[in-house]
Amino acid sequence: MGESIVITSGKGGVGKTTTTANIGTALALLGKKVVLVDTDIGLRNLDVVLGLENRIIYDLVDVVEMRCRVEQAIIKDKRFDELYVLPAAQTKDKDSINPAQLAKIITELKQTHDYVIIDCPAGIEQGFRNAIAGADRAIVVTTPETAAVRDADRVIGLLEQNKISAKLVVNRIRPSMAKSGEILDVNDICQVLAIDLLGIVPDDDRVIAGSNQGEPVALNPAYPSGMAYRNIARRMLGDMVPLMVIDKKPGAMQKIRKLFGIG
Amino acid sequence: MLGGTNLSNKQHITIKGVKDGLLFLLDDECQLDVLISELKYKIEKTHQQLLSGPLIHVHIRLGKRELTDGQVEQLTEIIRQQGNLIIKSIENDLPIKDKPHSQMKIVTSIVRSGQIIEADEDILLIGDVHSGGVIRCGGDAYILGALHGQVFAGQANRREAIVVASLLSPSLIVIDDVHWNTEEPRSSDGIMEFASIIDDGIHIDKLSSLHHHNRLPIMMKGV
Repeated sequence: MGESIVITSGKGGVGKTTTTANIGTALALLGKKVVLVDTDIGLRNLDVVLGLENRIIYDLVDVVEMRCRVEQAIIKDKRFDELYVLPAAQTKDKDSINPAQLAKIITELKQTHDYVIIDCPAGIEQGFRNAIAGADRAIVVTTPETAAVRDADRVIGLLEQNKISAKLVVNRIRPSMAKSGEILDVNDICQVLAIDLLGIVPDDDRVIAGSNQGEPVALNPAYPSGMAYRNIARRMLGDMVPLMVIDKKPGAMQKIRKLFGIG
Repeated sequence: MLGGTNLSNKQHITIKGVKDGLLFLLDDECQLDVLISELKYKIEKTHQQLLSGPLIHVHIRLGKRELTDGQVEQLTEIIRQQGNLIIKSIENDLPIKDKPHSQMKIVTSIVRSGQIIEADEDILLIGDVHSGGVIRCGGDAYILGALHGQVFAGQANRREAIVVASLLSPSLIVIDDVHWNTEEPRSSDGIMEFASIIDDGIHIDKLSSLHHHNRLPIMMKGV
């Protein structure tokens, strides 16, 4: 019996889908059997981030409406031994399924997978209620902006009401701005939200590039962002991994590169 | 039809002599206007021998009936018509309403954005109120934690209500109907402070000076 984890944020654009794809990738690399469920019906893009867009045959709504079995709808990512995706429908909307229906599918998937990771849509309406229905735990993603932290606070409150414990991932950290006090510091965010920190991810252009190419950064441990997602996955498995030091000084080689404009 | 006749004949007002005057026992189940017309009738028509002469003190017992100030005025007006009657007391047998500070709701929680905690009386919150969280109470709000959200205190027309917080940094405080929000930069740090109404405006002060206000005075034991 596996575990279901919903990845949510309240605010849009903070990196729920990217986090889902990368945590899924990292868990799969650690040898776990993982299925990612996209519940953003009508605005699906988890498949794009993983580069599996062209392989969709059936989707979540097809499963709910019993046009196919759940095993037929999930797509296997061939780069890994055991990473699967259940895509959302693009031609329907959030109201085409209800929480009970999704909870049933999640329970079914938990029987056969170690981790069921649910990508939640933005907002706190029907889509959110659907996504959290089958979740055992939650990961709340935020960025170091007041607006995102405020929405995360709202979502944590709703999760607590539904007896779902949540952990925090702070995404897109920019150490230089945090240092000068222009954006919130990770410690401030944790203090404000009063939940456990699962990990931090530095702001990295390669994350965006990776999403466009369908190659999650977690595939490449040389990138700090890729390593950050791998660390998050290891912490989920119970390993004690220290937080990454993001604001390290640029090395001599980097300085020289920067001088020539190739850094 | 017999019952109906009986009812109409029933006396709703009993007048008794007591040590220091007269006791008017008013029925608490009949209509108020029935009571008033009967009172008028008794004062004006019958009981003349009782109600004339030297000054007599009158005690009125309303039973379980609750009257507005206007209705009480109406009753006293009728009795005052008789020059020698002086109303000493008007009382009912309703349970005495709770005095301020007699009830306190104690809550241990974080009030997050979008959440609301309500209490009819005073509230003691052990935990923070985040921005976007709301506390609403009839009396005082005591917050053992950081207050960043909104507080509506004294909502039961309690103008003397206060808002206390370990860190008073609210987005809005309303006491009774007086509003205050922290648009202007504040000189104080917000640590251990309270808000109260002074001269129709909300005033913030350190908690250490609350005892000057002499609310909830207590007698200390010891010398």
